[in-house]
Amino acid sequence: MGEKPNQANSVSPSATSAAPAGSKSSDLLSRHFSIRSLKLKTKEQELLLRVTVLCLVYVLAFITRLFSVLRYESMIHEFDPYFNYRTTLFLTEKGFYEFWNWFDSESWYPLGRIIGGTLYPGLMVTAALIYWTLKVLRFAVHIREVCVLTAPFFASNTTLVAYFFGKEIWDSGAGLVAAALIAICPGYISRSVAGSYDNEGVAIFALIFTFYLFVKAVNTGSLAWSLASAFGYFYMVSAWGGYVFIINLIPLYVLVLLITGRYSMRLYVAYNSMYILGMLLAMQIRFVGFQHVQSGEHMAAMGVFFLLQVFYFLDWVKHQLNDTKLFQAFLRITVTSAVVVGALALGVGTASGYISPWTGRFYSLLDPTYAKDHIPIIASVSEHQPTAWSSFMFDFQILLFLFPAGLYFCFKRLSDATIFIVMYGLTSMYFAGVMVRLILVATPAVCLISAIAVSATIKNLTQVLRAKPKIVHSCSSKGGSSAKTSSKGLLDQSQPIGKNGAIALLFGAFYLLSKYATHCTWVTSEAYSSPSIVLAARGAHGNRVIFDDYREAYFWLRQNTPPDAKVMSWWDYGYQITAMGNRTVIVDNNTWNNTHIATVGRAMSSYEDEAYEIMRSLDVSYVLVVFGGVTGYSSDDINKFLWMVRIGGGVFPVIKEPDYLVNGNYRVDKGAAPKMLNCLMYKLSYYRFGELTTEYGKPPGYDRARGVEIGNKDIKLEFLEEAFTTSNWIVRIYKVKPPKNRW
Amino acid sequence: MGLRLDLLLLAAALLFSPALSDLVILKVDRRVDLTSQIVRVTSTLKVENNGKDAVTEVLLVFPDRQVKNLAYLFAVSSAGKGKAKSYSHTLSVNEINLKGMPPSLVGYLVSLPEPLGKGESYTLDVLAVYTHSLKPFPEKITQADIQLLVFEDSAYYLSPYEVKAQSLTVKLPQARIESYTRIENTKLHGSDIKYGPYENLPPFSHSPIVVHFESNRPFAVARELVREVEISHWGNVQVTEYYNVVNRGSEITGEFSRLEFQARPHIRGPSSFRNLVAKLPPRTHSVYYRDEIGNISTSHLWSDSKKTELEIEPRYPMFGGWRTAFTIGYGLPLQDFLFESEGKRFLNFSFGSPINEIIVDTLFMKIVLPEGSNDITVTAPFPIKESRETKLSHLDLVGRPVIILEKSNVVPEHNQYFQVYYTFSGISMLREPLMLIFGFFFLFITYILYMHADISISKSSPSYLAKMQWEEVQAVIQQVENIVSRCLAVHEKLEASLQDLSRTGVVQACKSVRKSADSTLKELYKEMKPLLSFLQSSSQAAHILPKVEELVTKERELQEKLMTKHLTVVDCYEKKLGGREIENRINAHQQKITVLRQEVDDLLDYIDEL
Repeated sequence: MGEKPNQANSVSPSATSAAPAGSKSSDLLSRHFSIRSLKLKTKEQELLLRVTVLCLVYVLAFITRLFSVLRYESMIHEFDPYFNYRTTLFLTEKGFYEFWNWFDSESWYPLGRIIGGTLYPGLMVTAALIYWTLKVLRFAVHIREVCVLTAPFFASNTTLVAYFFGKEIWDSGAGLVAAALIAICPGYISRSVAGSYDNEGVAIFALIFTFYLFVKAVNTGSLAWSLASAFGYFYMVSAWGGYVFIINLIPLYVLVLLITGRYSMRLYVAYNSMYILGMLLAMQIRFVGFQHVQSGEHMAAMGVFFLLQVFYFLDWVKHQLNDTKLFQAFLRITVTSAVVVGALALGVGTASGYISPWTGRFYSLLDPTYAKDHIPIIASVSEHQPTAWSSFMFDFQILLFLFPAGLYFCFKRLSDATIFIVMYGLTSMYFAGVMVRLILVATPAVCLISAIAVSATIKNLTQVLRAKPKIVHSCSSKGGSSAKTSSKGLLDQSQPIGKNGAIALLFGAFYLLSKYATHCTWVTSEAYSSPSIVLAARGAHGNRVIFDDYREAYFWLRQNTPPDAKVMSWWDYGYQITAMGNRTVIVDNNTWNNTHIATVGRAMSSYEDEAYEIMRSLDVSYVLVVFGGVTGYSSDDINKFLWMVRIGGGVFPVIKEPDYLVNGNYRVDKGAAPKMLNCLMYKLSYYRFGELTTEYGKPPGYDRARGVEIGNKDIKLEFLEEAFTTSNWIVRIYKVKPPKNRW
Repeated sequence: MGLRLDLLLLAAALLFSPALSDLVILKVDRRVDLTSQIVRVTSTLKVENNGKDAVTEVLLVFPDRQVKNLAYLFAVSSAGKGKAKSYSHTLSVNEINLKGMPPSLVGYLVSLPEPLGKGESYTLDVLAVYTHSLKPFPEKITQADIQLLVFEDSAYYLSPYEVKAQSLTVKLPQARIESYTRIENTKLHGSDIKYGPYENLPPFSHSPIVVHFESNRPFAVARELVREVEISHWGNVQVTEYYNVVNRGSEITGEFSRLEFQARPHIRGPSSFRNLVAKLPPRTHSVYYRDEIGNISTSHLWSDSKKTELEIEPRYPMFGGWRTAFTIGYGLPLQDFLFESEGKRFLNFSFGSPINEIIVDTLFMKIVLPEGSNDITVTAPFPIKESRETKLSHLDLVGRPVIILEKSNVVPEHNQYFQVYYTFSGISMLREPLMLIFGFFFLFITYILYMHADISISKSSPSYLAKMQWEEVQAVIQQVENIVSRCLAVHEKLEASLQDLSRTGVVQACKSVRKSADSTLKELYKEMKPLLSFLQSSSQAAHILPKVEELVTKERELQEKLMTKHLTVVDCYEKKLGGREIENRINAHQQKITVLRQEVDDLLDYIDEL
């Protein structure tokens, strides 16, 4: 498509002569050239421009996410994606039914995990479908490449949806800007770089696709669009737990429309068909099951559904009754009884246990301090922390300022669609403030609303510029320089600023947007393109040093331990060990069983002999710890250790947090608590570390991650032995010795 | 074991001696090379025919426990002595099953190039290569221990013939020897142990010896190696090698301490190896080294015009018993390996692994030929198991033919060239690009068809009819616009003629231009009339009609003004008036024309936008 303008240019000098024979489009173009002084029609020009920009944005969204592939390699990143990759591999090898019924004995030993019933299969099925399609088309690609590029591909598709969404709520200009903004917005890139093969990668696409279809359905009242949005919702449910946001936002939106008196038949059709069909479809996902009718988080949607029926009924009665007074009485009775019945149903449902109460995760969204007090396992994840201002700035940059401006424009031109985007923006902004990872959900809304601001402002400014001075024509005649008047649109004709002011402001806008582009690229390349499996640092001479210790350890496990070995580690590394090490783990990142994790936490924080008992009972053959003392890698197990203590202590009161602290301080040096110095985690991390000189001019046993000399240098292990330590000591694996003979 | 073998040998001697006693071995020099994990035994035999009949074959026998490990056996006739030795003939060696030979012995017949007459003698070199015949002892050592190996053989050359004189040299990697069997005439020179000379030994003499020595040479064994060679006639041979390597030395027991290993790697991990070196052909490109979980960053590549050397380090040091698996891949220029003879193409490629001193337990060589190759034959310098399969790769319809050559116990001596002959027509090369081109072509065609197809379900619904009418109206408006544009083009021509006039002063030409313009414009009006009347009649066009009509009237006005201007100018020229005068006269017209022209343009744009 990008070729078209070039073609146009190359043809125009040859004037009216025959265009090069060939494609149909050039024929079409040449006809216009010959007739209308070598110009495309304005409409076609605009279409051409729009399609070109969209194509460029589509490509840009894809390639800007490839930094990590160029800098490292085509690999899966971080933690959860490794599980997704492993399941996708299983799906492509064994087929869908095997996948659906998969009982995984390699994780959560000895409990195991029913994979098919405890995951959102959307991502895996999507990748497998892409893979199978390519295979049918005879492109011999590896499934890993498909998985690595799934997220960028869907990010590209998201830009298209953003364009249509923007077009739906404002105009095509806003759509284009929205597509361009979302293509490079760091908030979204953070979860969709190549290799970040996670649910969010496809879910954000599904999320705004569903929203777009729903808004379209509300705008048109068409059954087809509402069905399409139900299917979009189904895809979202199959892909990510974040679908709860949709099933609560849409009812809220409907409620707001009802309250503001914007009830219409279009809304009725759109919501009812979307809700009923979407609910039925969502029930097909085993992990979700009957939650739509049984869980407290989904009750708002059902309530609004019934409310809508009541509304419709009242509307009908109003139509039938001509007496206003009678209707008022009837209204009172109906509303009261409806509310009473609804409250009763909810109360009975909750009391009888039919409707489950809200889950902890949901609570922690409404009350940011909830998780910290009640569910340490949720609070221990860094991406579940409340968001700092700096990360808003980092992820949104100018969008943060454009967002309120966009809201202003939205309020100025209120419609069903703009109300939706305003609500989406405000609610998701709130959630983004509660949890860092939910910035992701807010990103599309912020981009769309900012796009409205940018587009509307620039449009106004250019209209000022292009406004035709009334008949100031020189005699130069010849229509060549004719400044075209655009259609007089929404803008009032009064001009508060002069032409020069407009030019200055346009330059300002251009400067801001270009700053945004450079910022986004910089953030993507510096912050979000690291696979976190491979660490890179600058060496003393400015050269790049690669720490590939994780894979070294995992591959060692894969090759040199018995196939039935069980590996105990903190849950962060569970998915990676099963995927890359191919060994059974005790706990992993699917933190479904808090007690099991607490047991591991307890083992790690106990003395060696007590821990040995626990490990024997769990049939552990190897223990894996991550240690950054040699390289100065700070997210290691010693720094996560307090969470192990807290989670372990939450279930087993034997473990008390104060035992590991000195005056409330967490220390590993000589002043550390005695329990700390002798617990299993400390011993395994620092075993024989006291003999190593890590930094010139520092005593042996100097921990570079924490900047102290360790307190216990003479560590003897009785029940475990060092089996493997990676070249930079980042991963240390210990073998649990078999029990001693009694005689 | 030794005793049993002795008994068997005795029995063999009794049984065989009458049948084969014609030959006598005058002299045997055996050199056993133990410097690497691969044991190479070179024997120089000088045989003499003492019988009456001419002899064409020499029998070599090996005990079966050696044969189990025998990877490669090779005999050449050697003429001359010492360094001037020239290997003139490669002799064929065939395994035979002699009747009456005890099952613990395996015989090989070496065919001589020409029959050996009575009293004649002949010298030949026999190279026997053994794998896995060095046994680590003790079998398990700690990280810091030194690896000790045991080698067993016979001090006497095992032969069905009488041996007049013989000697044996065992070459060890280091001078440090734990123990060795001492019999008569045993000497130790540095790292060499010498047995012999011994003279006049009867057939099947045997005297077991054991050497227990230190060796820290890498024991890299590929349990399985799959080499896949894919030929692309676009100029590339892609080689991918999947290794599954184990260190078959003494197994490590107890702790592996990174601290010790890091501090003093050569002392504190002597039995491990850290790297492997592969010698690749020259002009190798796009080399990669990875495993199942990703790229491995520890490798180095050196290349010059004669060879490419790739040094790879596994992810971790390889201690005894540790395993690893990896893949290396590289591309080679096609013209170095693919040739043509007698209308057939053939690939000339080396068989074994490019890695130095590695033993391959099972090697699968897969040659993937381009799709459409047939008539495939393989010639190899040694017996190989051959099978076929097909592989589906990029844009394949029926799959590419794959020849699988399987061989166990492969040593570097097997790095010999084999040939795969096949026929392939050059046109088949174009198939895949053409497929792609047509694929995209059809994609666009379908899209065009889809855009032009009418797929609405109900053709009589009012909205559909309205849409059809509106499309018709649009088409008509388009035509009107076209006509207006053509009128404008005619106007341009008139203006141009005026400019010509001002330059050349030829009035006649200008007049004729006007005449023709006049007639064209009239024709255009005729064309326009039915269109306008259609628009007037159509209900769909009601809202746009006034604009169109305005456009037409403005255009006509413009045209009249232009004509008057033209007339005036031409008139002025005929009257030979000055430039300033002309300017004054047409000034009023000119302004109106500009305004009108602007209005027409605006109207056109407005109609366009709809």
